[in-house]
Amino acid sequence: MAGVDARVAPGAIVGVIGPNGSGKSTLLKAIAGVLRPHSGEIMLGGAPIRQEATRIAFVPQREEVNWDFPVTARDVVMMGRYRALGWLRWPGKADRERADAALERLGLGGLGHRHISQFSGGQQQRIFLARALVQEPRLVLLDEPFTGIDVHNRAIVHELIRAFADDGVTVLVATHDLDEVRATTTHVLCLNRDMVAFGPTPTTFTPANLRATFGGQMAMFEQVPIFERAP
Amino acid sequence: MSWLTEPLQYGFMQRAMMEVVIIGALCGLVGCFVVLRGLAFIGDALAHAVFPGVVLSYIAGQSIMIGAFVFGGMTALGIGILSRSRRVSEDSAIGVVFAAFFALGVVILSRQGGFNRDLGSLLFGNILGVSMNDVWITAVIGVVVAGILLALLKEFTLLAFDPTMARAAGYPVFALDVLLLLLVSATIVVSLQTVGNILILALIVTPPATARLLTDRLGRMMVASVLIAASCGVMGLYFSYHAGTAAGATIVLTATAVFLLAVVFAPTHGLLGGYLQRRRGHHHAHHFHAAGEEVELS
Repeated sequence: MAGVDARVAPGAIVGVIGPNGSGKSTLLKAIAGVLRPHSGEIMLGGAPIRQEATRIAFVPQREEVNWDFPVTARDVVMMGRYRALGWLRWPGKADRERADAALERLGLGGLGHRHISQFSGGQQQRIFLARALVQEPRLVLLDEPFTGIDVHNRAIVHELIRAFADDGVTVLVATHDLDEVRATTTHVLCLNRDMVAFGPTPTTFTPANLRATFGGQMAMFEQVPIFERAP
Repeated sequence: MSWLTEPLQYGFMQRAMMEVVIIGALCGLVGCFVVLRGLAFIGDALAHAVFPGVVLSYIAGQSIMIGAFVFGGMTALGIGILSRSRRVSEDSAIGVVFAAFFALGVVILSRQGGFNRDLGSLLFGNILGVSMNDVWITAVIGVVVAGILLALLKEFTLLAFDPTMARAAGYPVFALDVLLLLLVSATIVVSLQTVGNILILALIVTPPATARLLTDRLGRMMVASVLIAASCGVMGLYFSYHAGTAAGATIVLTATAVFLLAVVFAPTHGLLGGYLQRRRGHHHAHHFHAAGEEVELS
């Protein structure tokens, strides 16, 4: 993967799109510090990103989470506070209240004591968003947050992404879901091994760029008129 | 009553009881992270790889812990580095190395006289032969290992649950990984005298696996695992005394029996509990839908 050169202002919502194997996850993992780039730099707020690591929140794909792990929803949310707490300090009452408030905000109030396997897919996604929330991040990385969740949960995820952006938090969303990209993001980064295009969503999310990104793998149905049957 | 008190009139049984409680508690605690991180195979590798160290210090007439610590530390570091490079298939590399180390230990030992008797006590432990000195060393190391693990409980938990977030948030993941392996290694080394190289893994994996069936909370799992391991150690020792069986193996079988009981009878995760819950689940399903809640009954 090469040629990724992108710069956004704080508060941008960047959709990272591309076919399977195009490097969406690789890019996210490089930004998260799991993979090291062979060359080039990743900066956050003018400093090398690793110096700002404590303020990076990562929301994993649901398939990558071990749902059998013995933790409750509140335990998971509390993990977002660990870095701010520092070594050898334990979460106190204030942190617990904060975790509960975050769960409440995501519509999971009063369910913090439940084991993480006892939630639906959309709710599980929301637990991790609550964790990102209490971390007070500057950058949020979301890996396929819309996969396998219903309309109701989508709306909640949307609302939170926008709330992050309104607070000046930069959000990066790797997704397959092009409708979501059109609806939510301010910028799009198209990947197909190399960077195909990058820019503001209105000018970059174009049929030509999408064709260049996905090649023959997609059919375009632009502006298909939909007629509702009269009642 | 005399069933319980009779063995305790012997000094060697008193020492063995103390040793087994300390080691059980330690294995139960550290084992939780071995189970949650999926390190059972690596734990087994560590236990085998320390064998040459055990043999060398035995031949030199030293406490077997010294050599075991040296080899255990080296192996922990080696596995840590190995798992960092993605070029070698980790599993096979570890498999090759630990089998070789183990064979090396056996070869060194076979050069000595009295091979079979020594091999037996080194491979399967000799808890009835522990000195008061051994008990003290075990207690001190146990406190240090447990202290470090509990002090870094937040970090080890995060690393076990979500390594990607741990990295993204800038934790020194490699150092923490090696530290955990060193703690596992130290636990294995001090436990060698109890059950020996071959069976040590059972003492580290079985109690936490049992505890996991009983609870969904990490804190409770750790407490339960410690209690289960220590009490299985004590019970096993009694059984072995009265039945005249090998102590280490009897302790392991006791832990296995408790595990099997949990598999069947554990409240929600047990076979019986799961069956009952599924039956009840049919009735509750309507209720949850009616309340507008999306809950998948597990």
